[in-house]
Amino acid sequence: MLAAVYGRTGKAHVVGVTGPPGAGKSTLVNALIGEHRRAGLSVAVVAVDPSSPYGGGAILGDRIRMSDHALDDEVFVRSVASRGQLGGLSSATARVVDVLDGFGFNSVIVETVGAGQAEISIMHLAQTVIFVAAPGFGDETQAVKAGVLEIADIFVLNKADHPMAKKADRSLHEALPASSGGGWRQPIISTVAIDNTGVSELFAKVREHWAQLDPSECARAATVRAQQQLAAAVAELASAYVSEEPDFESLAKQVLSGQLSLKSAAEEAFHVIASRTRPVE
Amino acid sequence: MSTEIAPGEPIRVLLAKPTHDCHDRGVRLVAKKMRDAGFEVIFMNFLLPEEVIRAALDEDVHVVGISTSSGGHLPLFGDLLAGLAAHGRDDAVVIGGGVIPPDDEKTLRSWGVEAIFGPGTNAEQAIAMIKRRLATVSS
Ligand SMILES: Nc1nc2c(ncn2[C@@H]2O[C@H](COP(=O)(O)OP(=O)(O)OP(=O)(O)O)[C@@H](O)[C@H]2O)c(=O)[nH]1
Ligand SMILES: [Mg+2]
Repeated sequence: MLAAVYGRTGKAHVVGVTGPPGAGKSTLVNALIGEHRRAGLSVAVVAVDPSSPYGGGAILGDRIRMSDHALDDEVFVRSVASRGQLGGLSSATARVVDVLDGFGFNSVIVETVGAGQAEISIMHLAQTVIFVAAPGFGDETQAVKAGVLEIADIFVLNKADHPMAKKADRSLHEALPASSGGGWRQPIISTVAIDNTGVSELFAKVREHWAQLDPSECARAATVRAQQQLAAAVAELASAYVSEEPDFESLAKQVLSGQLSLKSAAEEAFHVIASRTRPVE
Repeated sequence: MSTEIAPGEPIRVLLAKPTHDCHDRGVRLVAKKMRDAGFEVIFMNFLLPEEVIRAALDEDVHVVGISTSSGGHLPLFGDLLAGLAAHGRDDAVVIGGGVIPPDDEKTLRSWGVEAIFGPGTNAEQAIAMIKRRLATVSS
């Protein structure tokens, strides 16, 4: 299925939506779907939620907020659980995004919660990244720490109907990195996702950002996607190799006894694999 | 798509309740228990059975569970079963919950609804039933 998709990817506008839990990301995505549809664009949504570290299950609840377009054939919503894979999350998401892109959706929106490393790596899949904050979380400073502010192209202060909205707006403005002159200026847009306030402005900015992107920038996002999938596939191969080869037992024992750090042992194993599998010249 | 589950792949369950049905504590509890049992649970509200069918197709779920306490079960499940079959997904395990009178329950079972978990049953029973049922298919 994937083989059929490659060669047809790279046409969709991939939009990332991230921010703290409960900020209103899904509600905003629902509203953005409406804007896309009014503009005659088809949309696919990939909504990522974390898997429980205990037992690996997950409650995927984003769909509940996206019911306005439940029967529209030009709208597709897929819920994805992070399945706790280190780095694998972004590769699994990348695969889904590629399939939807290859399928011909005009836009693919990826929603992830939080502001950790995993979310940031997912956001590299997107050409346009929206960071959604809401009053009363004090998330602005957290986001600065996590480095989300650097990768965001558009800031949204959602729940502008909240009494603390003015204050949050001020601290978001303060937390923003000073504009580096020239190039794209990251706008801050206030929205009330539950009643569509500010959503058409947001959509206009999303399209504007897409329009001013260098085509090479878009190609870069597609390459990042392919590279993340490659990295995951390599990790899988290496993992199978190391678990099956009895030779690696001695390395494992050295780790167990404290003679070698796990990292050094892994590097050693990597060299062994590389030397053995080097093609004959 | 079939109910074949690859080793290590989690069971995916769609749990749906009518939007106007405000008794959702039960479903939410079931969703949590299912998550703790390792299932991936997609939670949704719906107005029309078509919305549940669409979600079941888009999300490639193995199980569709509907919680209803506000009547109209027969046409609802009838449409759901017919819609899944029309899209080649009659392999999906369909179960019900909420308040469903015993007579309706009999009819629903005869149509292919595999279990009804009404008052007096618990989430653990539903989880055990799903695990048993899907283990049979995948082995
Ligand atoms: N007052 C107000 N409530 C909002 C607004 N936007 C969303 N909400 C509410 O905030 C709650 C959370 O909204 P979601 O859209 O689920 O938020 P989310 O960021 O997707 O949440 P997670 O996916 O769980 O991280 C819901 O009860 C929404 O109805 C808004 O602009 N104003
Ligand atoms: Mg959400």
